[in-house]
Amino acid sequence: MTSNGEQMPDIATDPRPVDFSGDLAKYREDFPILSRSVSSGEPLIFLDNAASTQRPRAVIDAISHCYEHYYANVHRGIHTLSEESTQRYEQARATVADFVHAASPKEIVFCAGTTAAINTVARSWGDANIGAGDVILLTIAEHHANIVPWHQLAERTGCKVEFIPLGEDHTIADEQVAEALARWQPKLFSFVATSNVLGTEFPVERWVALARQHNATVLVDAAQAAPHEKVDVQAWDADFVVFSGHKICGPGGIGVLYGKEQQLESMPPFLGGGAMIHRVTTSGYEPAGLPEKFEAGTPPIADAIGLEAAINYVSDIGLERIAAHERALCQVADSGLRGIDGVRVIGPTPELKGGIVSFVIDGVHSHDIAHQLDTAGIAVRAGHHCTMPLHKALGLNSTTRASFYLYNTIDEVHQLIESVRELRAKFAPSGRRRRRR
Amino acid sequence: MGELETQQLAAMQNEKDIYEEHVLDHYEDPFHRGPLEDATHAHEANNPLCGDVIHIDLRLDSEGKIEQAWFDGEGCVISQASASMLVEAIEGKTVEELREFSADDMLNLFGPKLTPNRQKCCLLSWRVLQGAVHSPLDGEEEDQDGLNFGGPSLKEES
Ligand SMILES: Cc1ncc(COP(=O)(O)O)c(C=O)c1O
Repeated sequence: MTSNGEQMPDIATDPRPVDFSGDLAKYREDFPILSRSVSSGEPLIFLDNAASTQRPRAVIDAISHCYEHYYANVHRGIHTLSEESTQRYEQARATVADFVHAASPKEIVFCAGTTAAINTVARSWGDANIGAGDVILLTIAEHHANIVPWHQLAERTGCKVEFIPLGEDHTIADEQVAEALARWQPKLFSFVATSNVLGTEFPVERWVALARQHNATVLVDAAQAAPHEKVDVQAWDADFVVFSGHKICGPGGIGVLYGKEQQLESMPPFLGGGAMIHRVTTSGYEPAGLPEKFEAGTPPIADAIGLEAAINYVSDIGLERIAAHERALCQVADSGLRGIDGVRVIGPTPELKGGIVSFVIDGVHSHDIAHQLDTAGIAVRAGHHCTMPLHKALGLNSTTRASFYLYNTIDEVHQLIESVRELRAKFAPSGRRRRRR
Repeated sequence: MGELETQQLAAMQNEKDIYEEHVLDHYEDPFHRGPLEDATHAHEANNPLCGDVIHIDLRLDSEGKIEQAWFDGEGCVISQASASMLVEAIEGKTVEELREFSADDMLNLFGPKLTPNRQKCCLLSWRVLQGAVHSPLDGEEEDQDGLNFGGPSLKEES
């Protein structure tokens, strides 16, 4: 249900065609930033969506509207604005709960983002449940946000962090997951739903079920999944699911930690301060109930309201339609890039991934690729994308990543392919000695 | 768009092309790329965030003058071309003169204006060179590993 009580568009009941290219021009107009050009004067082609998407007018307006009309600190206040703010902030939480199909809004903790959410779990659940010799199991495809907090936990507790390797086809077979779970008997299996480099979509439900056979607690990093596919935390059955607002057209500085109620209930608070307490005395404190227990301090109020607007925006378009659109773009980009001499796509075939295509060009560094593409107006990301262990396992220093969202067009993808072809010709060593000495 | 504006835009675009001929020339046909057999000093460093690596071999004479400078490495056009320019520029200079060769001098030597993020690529070889003059191969002098260099830092990307 959306905030105004309508059922979210569903592919089974949504009468609109899955292909929304007819509406694309209209959607693009919703994003004011898409009409600008880059420093070379070329019109912007924004293909850096996996790092952060852009915001539609509806989100920008929701935030402005909050600040212009009813902003005040939430909870505690007895005045009109605080009542209104509190009501809107809690409404935003309810919308998020519906969006991910949580059993109750109590299971939705607002935090600064995916990174903050994982750190909260590591500090709270981790410190309370993990001891020397215990194993935290990850995949090699994790973002640093789902590695470093566990390394830090290992420093504090003496636990071990183990990694499931990647298969030849840039996927991970269920058997490998089952084998790793049996071998390590991890206390926690924490994995990424969609790789931010390979684009690979891992089978979350199946892996959670496998982890359950070994009584492992499960955290799913849905940072790259929530913007593009329906997240159903009850179907997934994970203990924790985390994602960021800024990758789903929402504001920066806000993200979601979903936790099963009995899990969150059993965990000690992490940050201490105002709002997370029931009572404080000179000798101690009594924590508040859920979800306030994990929301110490003044929360990002307008950002939560902006996130709600973003969720309503993408839900109105329909996540299934967005996913189908991205898949179409990905298909063209993937085969177009694979067709260029010297270009290698790093990731599985398009059926197995979302709207992310990473690639390398033999003999051309990713920074030069990204720089040259920028000259053509195309924003892509170059580097290790916060996945150094993955790049090491792939034997690469860096990759260039193009990532799509609902507002990208087939034309833009064609321009990407053409520009890559041109720059490959520009930088490929010609073998000439041409410098005058 | 008026003609003047078009011209201005074209000029702006040209300025933006950091891969001008002179740069690509150094990249494809570098000066003294490879190992120096009878080096007296050497140093290597990398930029872990983008994987650029530069190694510099030097032969200093008894007066502290750089007789030969060679580099090797891997990385983007900016890091490799700037290393070639640098070793070409410093041959014949004294260690004293090198000390005065600042990060700004390095950026000027390179030529095309770089954004802060790309300056780090350009300054890698400069940093390695400053380290190399303090890294004799007989190992007597202290290695200045913590040598500070004035470039902006390239933060992690998402
Ligand atoms: C898979 C994945 N996990 C975690 C993160 C970290 O998200 P944030 O920087 O919003 O905390 C990102 C994005 O940067 C990501 O792509």
